[in-house]
Amino acid sequence: MKQDIVIVNTGCANIASVRYAFERLAVAVSVSDDPARINRADKVILPGVGSAQAAMTSLHQKGLVEPLQQLTQPVLGVCLGMQMMVDASAESRDGDIPCLGLIPGRVERLQAEGLRLPHMGWNTLSDIAEHPLLHGIDEQQYFYFVHSFGVAVSDTTLARGNYGQPFAAVIAKGNFMGAQFHPERSGRAGARLLKNFVELVN
Amino acid sequence: MLAKRIIPCLDVRDGKVVKGVQFRNHEIVGDIVPLAQRYAEAGADELVFYDITASSDARVVDKSWVSRIAQVIDIPFCVAGGIKSIEDAGRILEMGADKISVNSPALANPDLIRALHDTFGQQCVVVGIDSFFDAQTGQYQVYQFTGDEKRTQATRWQTQDWVAEVQQLGAGEIVLNCMNQDGVRQGYDIPQLSSIRARCNVPLIASGGAGSMAHFADVFTQADVDGALAASVFHKGVIDIPALKQYLRQQGVAMRNDDRECV
Repeated sequence: MKQDIVIVNTGCANIASVRYAFERLAVAVSVSDDPARINRADKVILPGVGSAQAAMTSLHQKGLVEPLQQLTQPVLGVCLGMQMMVDASAESRDGDIPCLGLIPGRVERLQAEGLRLPHMGWNTLSDIAEHPLLHGIDEQQYFYFVHSFGVAVSDTTLARGNYGQPFAAVIAKGNFMGAQFHPERSGRAGARLLKNFVELVN
Repeated sequence: MLAKRIIPCLDVRDGKVVKGVQFRNHEIVGDIVPLAQRYAEAGADELVFYDITASSDARVVDKSWVSRIAQVIDIPFCVAGGIKSIEDAGRILEMGADKISVNSPALANPDLIRALHDTFGQQCVVVGIDSFFDAQTGQYQVYQFTGDEKRTQATRWQTQDWVAEVQQLGAGEIVLNCMNQDGVRQGYDIPQLSSIRARCNVPLIASGGAGSMAHFADVFTQADVDGALAASVFHKGVIDIPALKQYLRQQGVAMRNDDRECV
């Protein structure tokens, strides 16, 4: 079945990488910041790199905050895109910045117990929940992470990462899902997650 | 556990991958995209593309190959060479690069590092440092314009001071190229890398000197670097990446496995 998958044009820099990753799976995707276009997509990707403050400012300027909050189809946030899905982020020069509030949680600076930040490189997952997004993914596989902030583990966590402290590597609530790592740059394991997302049944 | 990274480096000149010895006598190794694809397939954890002519020639370089690479590979990659402004960096990141690396332009204008950090985030700002051990003074000195033998020159910076400065300005990762070792395959500069490691709170990548699999084990276990970069040993087939990663696993170094059955 041909699907209409739209990547939200957040103005962030990894949009091309995310689009190419779907194209490698022979899945065509569009990039748009038009709320009506995003609303009628079968599935939506929310990419993001950089800082939460800049990215949320961009979503506000584009008038995308409410339209994104009203989506009912599967939505996948990637890296900063995932962090924007929770209630608020501490990654801002002036205190907390409100995020989209799609999934309960807060973004805090990682307390890496003396380890180097950013947490940059390939790492594994643990406590992987049964969820269609994570079919075929196990604790032996590595994913590419680049981040200094993270979401705490909670009952919306589908898989944990660990870097000095446990943090939420994959989260979900209803139709909203997010991955802290970059599936588009995580080799075959990352491609598997994207394929799982494509194959999700609405 | 966070894996250590194996990073093939592809020096690019006029759209071809080249390799020289101690920055001289460049010979063509092959086309960029097939080589990148081959390394990604072989299990490389990341790739770095250095346009070695860009900074020293002061010209705008055709970077259309960046998007061709982004289309075919599924691992992160970094582009270096001639990135002098936010606009230069933005174009490369939009084409699909995950990180950009600055070297000579950051020495000329250290504020570039801060601007890149503030615009694109720390995660994509890599600072490359060419460091040369001066036996007369006993100091490690930062060099610039190392892509062009005629223009290569020492800067006023000692390596450890520049490492501290670039972290202060917002670098997300440092690639330390030990020039005395470059291309001669006698092993990484463990004393220098260990000394810089102690002063470096961001990921540190070792560059220059890889000749054997044992050299990789040494640099990971003795200098605790996050990644090891190498060129000729991979280009010339001296070291096979899957065999290297298997060997390093046996040495107790955390290595990613790339599960080919997964998709």
